[in-house]
This record gives sequence, structure tokens and C-alpha cells, in this order.
Amino acid sequence: MSGLSVNHLLGIKYLNEADVQLIFETADQFKEVINRPIKKVPSLRDITIANLFFENSTRTKLSFELAEKRLSADVLNFSESQSSVKKGETLIDTVQNILSMKVDMVVMRHPSPGAPIFLSKHIDAAVVNAGDGTHEHPTQALLDCYSIRERLGDVAGKKVVIVGDVLHSRVALSNIFALKLLGAEVKVCGPKTLLPKHIQSLGVGVESNLKQALEWCDVANMLRVQNERMVTSYFPSTREYAMQYGLTMDILNGLSKEIIVMHPGPINRGVEITSEVADSDQAIILNQVENGVAVRMAVMYLLASKINR
Amino acid sequence: MSQKELLSARDLQITIRRLACQLIENHGDFRDTVLIGIQPRGKMLTQRLVHILHNEYNVQHITSGFLDITFYRDDFRRNDKPIEANSTEIDFVVENKKVVFIDDVLYTGRSIRAALTAVQDYGRPSQIELLILIDRRFSRHLPIQPDYCGRQVDAINEEHVVVSWSELHGNDAVLLKNQ
Repeated sequence: MSGLSVNHLLGIKYLNEADVQLIFETADQFKEVINRPIKKVPSLRDITIANLFFENSTRTKLSFELAEKRLSADVLNFSESQSSVKKGETLIDTVQNILSMKVDMVVMRHPSPGAPIFLSKHIDAAVVNAGDGTHEHPTQALLDCYSIRERLGDVAGKKVVIVGDVLHSRVALSNIFALKLLGAEVKVCGPKTLLPKHIQSLGVGVESNLKQALEWCDVANMLRVQNERMVTSYFPSTREYAMQYGLTMDILNGLSKEIIVMHPGPINRGVEITSEVADSDQAIILNQVENGVAVRMAVMYLLASKINR
Repeated sequence: MSQKELLSARDLQITIRRLACQLIENHGDFRDTVLIGIQPRGKMLTQRLVHILHNEYNVQHITSGFLDITFYRDDFRRNDKPIEANSTEIDFVVENKKVVFIDDVLYTGRSIRAALTAVQDYGRPSQIELLILIDRRFSRHLPIQPDYCGRQVDAINEEHVVVSWSELHGNDAVLLKNQ
């Protein structure tokens, strides 16, 4: 029996190409399942999954919860704002208490980079990273690559540009790892203040001109400007950012070929991407959301298969 | 490893043709019938049956599909069966239809148990029958028996039945292998 090479999904960094292909092939089958009249399979009926969200989330939390329910798992939801963490409880204590209730898998979002890795070393349950600070967001990268594969047939050999706030983006880092693993060419594009120093060491190109970057690419992944993580001013004004790095219909129509536009959400309409672009046929933003459920089902199904009773 | 031939290419042809004829006896023009091959190994047999029904017995409209049961198995996480799924190709609903499950070998009956659960996701069939090429008698874990059977075989647990198809493996044959 072949399965994943890992017992936790902590980051794309820890996966190999065969793991990603297995996740994609399994997600293909779950995509068929979630388009049936009855969108549910009983695979994880004896598995309990806790969703621990120490940071706000709408899409990812709903997507994970839906994926868990489509697999018939029992689901526990936890969010920091309504919990004892406010009373000073440590991460390990919070999680150990939840695990005492016989939980098999933990899906965690945490503002501190490395929190899921720390957790995986101290608890028995399988850990899925749903975003840790500015580090990784592996399921987002998997669903992005899955969506590219679905639209263009393959990820290998494709040119992908990641535009915008790369500095604060866990989506960008996981995407770079995943795209490189699958054989795509990657460039990042944005104001210098929002590109990490030494990003080239990950094997990606850097381009500061949006039009040139778009002319080069097959896929543009437009990141959200993460104002909530910015402690100083990284660009003069939102308006200036939108003028330099915002994707408009005029820019898209001026390109020599048709490209695909992605966005991990939530969208700041009119900043990194205009409404016309977000709602155009070239945007696959809602396909990404649909694929997110199928990919997360695949990840949890494959991880659950490694849990021994 | 020893092996014994249960059915030759010619035997297999004759047996599949008989099974096709038995289906016609019970299902007539197949208007309310759907044939569902259990993935992965029931797929070839289903395609052969459909081909014979269509070309040799002039049955015009046959609805057929393939059902994958991986996510419905009762041995998930017991590490003895693959977790990799095959594709389900069912683009119709089975509501009020007569369903015929088709698989190559009936052994413990657990796959068919999973298929009975899985098919419910596509509606409520009026009836479900089971067509099997090779029935390994006396090895059932569940009270499941075929309605149409190509050949009954008595085999011990160390033996296993291998069906090879010319389209996939180069020749048609059913072998009993001893590991």
C-alpha cells in the first residue's frame, strides 16, 4: 500500500512530488463526490477532528469543516476569541485538554510560525497546518496547484507569477515550494518593500514591473495586501499600490496571450485586483474555493489512513 | 508459485456470452436497467457484456457506469487494502432502476457490501442484482450471493483468482494462483 510519506501536513517543504500527485489523484475522486446529489462518503466516520483556529478565518475554516463533514468525521470547533487562551493557557495545555477528549486529528491555524511543527512533536494526533503566521499555508498551495492543473492540464513547465505582498504571505511561500516541486517556473512581483530579501535563493525570479511579469507568465496569483500584519508603512498609499500593482481589465486585454488569474481570498476589490477582473472568465477564484474542499478531503483522508487503532 | 487455468480464452468468451443471455432473459430491452461495474476489476467485464448485448443481441439502449467503492470500504485504516481510489463514472441516477452490479471475483462479499452503500448516493434503486464471473464459494464473510454466476470455484485462502483481459494484459484467461 502506498500512502503519504508524512504523518502530518505541516508544510509543502516536507512533502515530495509523489505525495502531491497522490493528493491530486485522490482529490479528483473527491471532486466527483462533492458534485453528486449526495455529497458525502463514510470514510472517516470513526475519526474526530478538532479545528483549532487561533487566528481569524472564514474561507479556510469553512472549507476544512465542510471537507470533514463530507468525509463523515466528527468535528470540534475552537476559536481563540471564545476560549481559555484569553485566560493565559498555553498552546500545549489547550491542545492536550482537547486531545483528552479522544481527538484523532488537529487542524490548526496559528499566528506564530512553526506552531504546528511544535505541536506535532508533542502530541499523538495528526496535525494539519491551516496557516501558521507568515510561514506556510500548505492546503492553499495544494489547491492553487490543483486548480492550475485542472485548467491547464499540468503544472510542470508553466510560468507562474506571484504578485503583491509576498513578505507577509504564507500563501506565497507554500506556493513557491509547491510550484517548484511540480516543475513550474516562478517569479514574484511587487514593490521591493514587500518582497523578502534573498527570495531568489528559493529559485524564483524577481520582477518589479507588473506588465512585464504578466507578459511572461501563464498564471498570475494576485496576493492580498495584508494590512493587518503591516507594522510600518510599506508603500505610500493604497491608491498608489493599486496603480502600480493592481490588475485591471485594460492590462489583461493588453497582453499578447490570455493568462489565468488566481487569488487566495479575501479580495480587496479595487486594490490588488479590480471587480471586472475578479468576475471575468480568466479568473478561477471560485474554482479555487471549490477545489479547496476536494483537496482538503484528500489530505485528511490520506492522513487518516495512517492513523492506527 | 503454482497456477491452474480455470477458464481459457474460449471458455471465458462462452461464459460471458451466457451471462449476457441470462441478463436478456431477465431484463428484456434494458429500459429500466442499469449495469454498474465495480471499480477497478468489474470494469472490463461490464464493457465486454455491453459490447455483446449491443452488437450480437441488438440491445439498443444500455445504460452503464462504473462505481468506485474505496471511500465506502469497512477496512479503511486496517492497512490491508489500497487507499487509492479509482474514478466513479455514473452520469445517471439509479432512482427506481433495476441495478446490476458487475464484478470479476466474489470472495468475502465486503466489496459488494460497500457497493450497496455507495450506490445509495445515486438514488434508490427498485432492485439490485449481482453478476459475478468467478464465485469463490465457502469464503463469504457476509450473507451476499450472486444472481448470475460465471463459474463457481473452491479455493483456499492462500490461493487467489486472477482474471486477465486481452485489452489490459495481452490475453484472456482466468487463473488460480497459489502463493
